[in-house]
Amino acid sequence: MEELKELYQQIILDHNKSPKNYGKMVNCTHASEGYNPLCGDRIKIYAKVENGVIEDIKFEGEGCAIAKASGSIMTALLKGKTVAEAQQLFEEFQHLITSDVRSNVDTEKLGKLAVFAGVREFPTRVKCAGLAWHTVKAAIEKKDEVVTTE
Amino acid sequence: METTTLKKETVRLPESRQPGHFDVEKIRADFPILQRPVYGKPLAYLDNAATTQKPLAVIEAIRRYYNAENANIHRGVYHLSEVATRKYEGARKTVKNFLNAASEKEIVFTAGTTDSINLVAAAYGRKFIKAGDEIILSHMEHHSNIVPWQMLCEETGAKLRVIPINDRGELIFEAYEKLLNERTRLVSIVYVSNSLGTVNPVKEIIALAHQGNVPVLVDGAQAVAHLKVDVQDLDCDFFALSGHKIFGPTGVGVLYAKEKILESMNPYRGGGDMIRSVKFEKTVYAELPHRFEAGTPHIAGVIGLAKALEYVESVGFEAIGAYEKALLEYGQEALSALKKLKLIGTAREKAGVISFVIEGIHPHDIGTWVDRQGVAIRAGHHCTQPVMERYGVPSTCRASLAMYNCKEDFDTLITALHDIIKVFD
Repeated sequence: MEELKELYQQIILDHNKSPKNYGKMVNCTHASEGYNPLCGDRIKIYAKVENGVIEDIKFEGEGCAIAKASGSIMTALLKGKTVAEAQQLFEEFQHLITSDVRSNVDTEKLGKLAVFAGVREFPTRVKCAGLAWHTVKAAIEKKDEVVTTE
Repeated sequence: METTTLKKETVRLPESRQPGHFDVEKIRADFPILQRPVYGKPLAYLDNAATTQKPLAVIEAIRRYYNAENANIHRGVYHLSEVATRKYEGARKTVKNFLNAASEKEIVFTAGTTDSINLVAAAYGRKFIKAGDEIILSHMEHHSNIVPWQMLCEETGAKLRVIPINDRGELIFEAYEKLLNERTRLVSIVYVSNSLGTVNPVKEIIALAHQGNVPVLVDGAQAVAHLKVDVQDLDCDFFALSGHKIFGPTGVGVLYAKEKILESMNPYRGGGDMIRSVKFEKTVYAELPHRFEAGTPHIAGVIGLAKALEYVESVGFEAIGAYEKALLEYGQEALSALKKLKLIGTAREKAGVISFVIEGIHPHDIGTWVDRQGVAIRAGHHCTQPVMERYGVPSTCRASLAMYNCKEDFDTLITALHDIIKVFD
């Protein structure tokens, strides 16, 4: 039960229920689709990037609480960041969710992203947390193909 | 008669484990894995449609083969090879009796249901199905009974026709009648749906197809652990099954085919053991069924499979059927009582499978949550994406039972579901 509470923290449940930046964007400059063939979940990311800065970002799609909360928290975090900063955050997030369960989490550096530390206890769910991030990376790097978690 | 009554009375158990007259405790004791805890909780294994657990008798049979009997079959003149050959061919007889086939020549060992269907698509389909011909499937097929036919259609120019299903998850029989026509060359249909639990009226489906001389393949993967199968009574032309879905090992399965049809087919894979003589000018193929078993087969798997079938028969399908029916009803009723839960697949004839979704909670979150309470269920599309599309859901949760499950397994699941509904609310 402890691990479950660690995974499904209130903040994740809240973002799942009322995700931020959820929906389509018509005048986006970048877009990408992510797909997890394991569960059939799909996510779409739309971004408006001007002068190397992510001015606006939205997401939509089908997904579990972890995937949805990840998309919600991620978009809130990336709004106003530069593309280089977003790529840096992607690396940090990847490192967090794939790091050893026993390793310490730098909550100061990771801020809100630290709530996803609980996913490390659940190897089958790491891909759910990473889907939105992989998709945004593809979007801002202008890759057209559907990104999969495989 | 008297002995039967007496036996039933003596095996009667406390109400909690006992939807019918069936000694589930005795069965459970035969499956070592059911004794192990998961996350410190008793294991409630409800993913039997994916694979079943193995009784000690099967594990021991495989162990004994590798420990004391291992040799290649059909060629050695020494003792071990004779033992292995006798066991392998003895297993064929066990399968023949289990399915009530007319002859052992009709039993081909394969790697599983998928392999069996691919064998038919390649060795029968490529020979007899041409451009413009039609193959009838249903909307509730597993990907393994869709993709091999699609591949065949791409190669030959034949077409797939799909029998629709109603909201309960039953085939629309009238639509099937209309789909059958003079271009139909094959009907390939699932007996029990792995994602909906629907038991299809395969006997009627076959009878109707035969009126137009159309052969029928029955995908029996999900049926064999729950229903008595008699291929002569069904009059099916092909029947495919997997060992691991009936308490046997993975990587082994069976293709039953009527002897006449098997005789008319092209060979499948070429190699050793499927030939009588090989010359560079010409090869003469072996007799049935060896013609379809190229290479060294999964001998240990075949021996394990036969042991599993013997085990199931020792329990008896009448007892299994009655017990599972009561357990399925218990599980369905208890699940339906949960608010926001919707059953996917409510056919009047069902076996083994309960699929469901809960409003506002993704199946994967449910799967992870109940896992930590020791409950193994499936969350996903169950290799039936067309079914998911039909119901407008990307995935479902699926609790699927076997004869060793008990009411407590469902009780644990339901308690866990209560918890997650509360937390996610």
